[in-house]
Amino acid sequence: MDIYLLEAIINGILLGGVLALLALGLNLIFGVIDVVWICYADIVMCGMYAIYFLYVQYGVPLPFACAIAIIGLAGLGVLVHLLIIAPVLRSPPLNQLLATGGLLFFLQSFATLLFGTDFRNIGVRLPVLEVATMYLSFARLIAFAVSLVGAVALYFFLKRTYLGTAIRAIAQDREIVGLMGIDDRRIYLAVSAIGGALAGLAACLLALQYDVHPFIGNTFGPVIFMICVLGGLGNMIGGFIASFVISQIIAIGGYYGSTELSYVFAFTFFIVLMLIRPRGLFAP
Amino acid sequence: MSSSRLVPAIILLAVLIAIPAILPPYFLHLVIQILIWSFIYTAWALMGRFGFVSFGHGAFLGVGAYVPALLWNFYGLTPWLGIPSSIMSAVLLAAVVGYPCFRRRVVGHYFALVTLALSQVVLLSLVAARDVTGGSLGFTQKAVGHSWYALQFPEKSYFYAISVLLWLAGLAIWRWIDRGIGREALEAISEDEEAAASIGIDVMRQKLRVTLISAGLTALGGAIYGQYVMYLNPETVAGIAVSLQIVFAAIAGGVYSLLGPSVGALLTLSLTEGLRVWFGTNFIGAANTIYGILLVLCIIFMPQGIVGALQRLSWPGRAPARSTAAEKPQSVTRRPSSAAQ
Repeated sequence: MDIYLLEAIINGILLGGVLALLALGLNLIFGVIDVVWICYADIVMCGMYAIYFLYVQYGVPLPFACAIAIIGLAGLGVLVHLLIIAPVLRSPPLNQLLATGGLLFFLQSFATLLFGTDFRNIGVRLPVLEVATMYLSFARLIAFAVSLVGAVALYFFLKRTYLGTAIRAIAQDREIVGLMGIDDRRIYLAVSAIGGALAGLAACLLALQYDVHPFIGNTFGPVIFMICVLGGLGNMIGGFIASFVISQIIAIGGYYGSTELSYVFAFTFFIVLMLIRPRGLFAP
Repeated sequence: MSSSRLVPAIILLAVLIAIPAILPPYFLHLVIQILIWSFIYTAWALMGRFGFVSFGHGAFLGVGAYVPALLWNFYGLTPWLGIPSSIMSAVLLAAVVGYPCFRRRVVGHYFALVTLALSQVVLLSLVAARDVTGGSLGFTQKAVGHSWYALQFPEKSYFYAISVLLWLAGLAIWRWIDRGIGREALEAISEDEEAAASIGIDVMRQKLRVTLISAGLTALGGAIYGQYVMYLNPETVAGIAVSLQIVFAAIAGGVYSLLGPSVGALLTLSLTEGLRVWFGTNFIGAANTIYGILLVLCIIFMPQGIVGALQRLSWPGRAPARSTAAEKPQSVTRRPSSAAQ
């Protein structure tokens, strides 16, 4: 096999890790609260700016900057839920989609207003690994590993803790959970916080690889939705697998064509698959 | 038409005729933009009012704008033929995606996200084909000065007339669908597809018809916009950003009323321009920041839009037939219950 193709495939797997993390956060929120946060990638953008300013402007050590970003985005998640989702919780799904879409507009423009349209990089240069004449980005390896750890941690949290069990219960049957003495509003807040924290974790990993600018959410936001829908909205394992399918299409498409073409392939694949299997790849 | 409606109509007509004579060029430019976008938002609302929320109109707009421009630059084909072919292309695209979507009952969230992907496909294809389209740098039509053949008029009043006609045509089509039998069928479909099908409504045909009309008109709007501004950029005529812009402006104005989308265009464009002039270029995001906040407030507090809310205030009993539709839950695909396993 062509060594460059292999390199593309491996990079695709590494990219898939971060996408999977984001898809997990979005799926958790959808599965439990039944609302699609169309602004999810823009919340990640806020986290990337937080890391940039803490680390570059204020000289906070990177691990602390990342920790602050994760906690901050967990708080932002709660805020988004209280201010925007809670008032439209009883509205039709499309209104909820549009409300978070309005937030997307707000976040992108507010970031433009505050920070301008400059591309900013945190300037951390991680070494490039050379494995058998292939070049693998160390930042991507870290991102992949941390994403997997995050996914596994989330899995055990959901399986082993009381809160996690309550979250799974509410995702299965919203009506009955209240009768079991679980306060759904508190669960919603917890899930929004976890969703925000996952976005924060993704922001840390993406800040190592990409420049941050106000519209970075547009580059991978649509890809994350696509992944979630392909996996079946709310189906975490489906989303996890779908992120690797999509990242492979992007990586291999990029190898044979240009970056934009690879996304064209991915989106076309998505549309075609939606028409063949409208409930997602792994629907029963 | 009764005399109570005749008088406002005559006044409106007089104002429309007087505008190019009295307005300075900058404001005339703004009015033309508002009219063209009003037409596009109205085209979107044809679908949107029945709960078929498409995030893919950026795709139709992009096709509509680029096809005549490319044909003109590379083959010298007059826009008089280029624009019909752009409309046909958009209708074809809408059919290719819409038919299987409706056949497989892709509705609600899923429909919105499929169409979102479609608008990204068109955007990225335009960027990827940068040898032909100029990619992200944009595309400029070959200018030939004043020409009916090339549909290029440096004199703004020509495009003013075209955009007024376009806008009125858009309103007439909205009216036509609103008055037709199709509207009731579509309302039934948007409430419950299965039930609508069971009483003999051809769900497929009704949905496809309104989708194709909406896509074709959006392409027409995009083509006229392209002829007017003479510069196309993939980011401004295709993709997620413009798709959301269309959805939000139409919803903010109100999709259940004839003039709702136009009011949406008037408000959003004047707000953007006003804030841009007010703040200058130092605060480039200011306009959209305020815009974003207004959108969220709008959707939370008046889902039927500004015009819908006003109508409800002034005639509580006579609000538009579907003014409460936005608050009513609608049938959306059941998500898999295997969540959070």
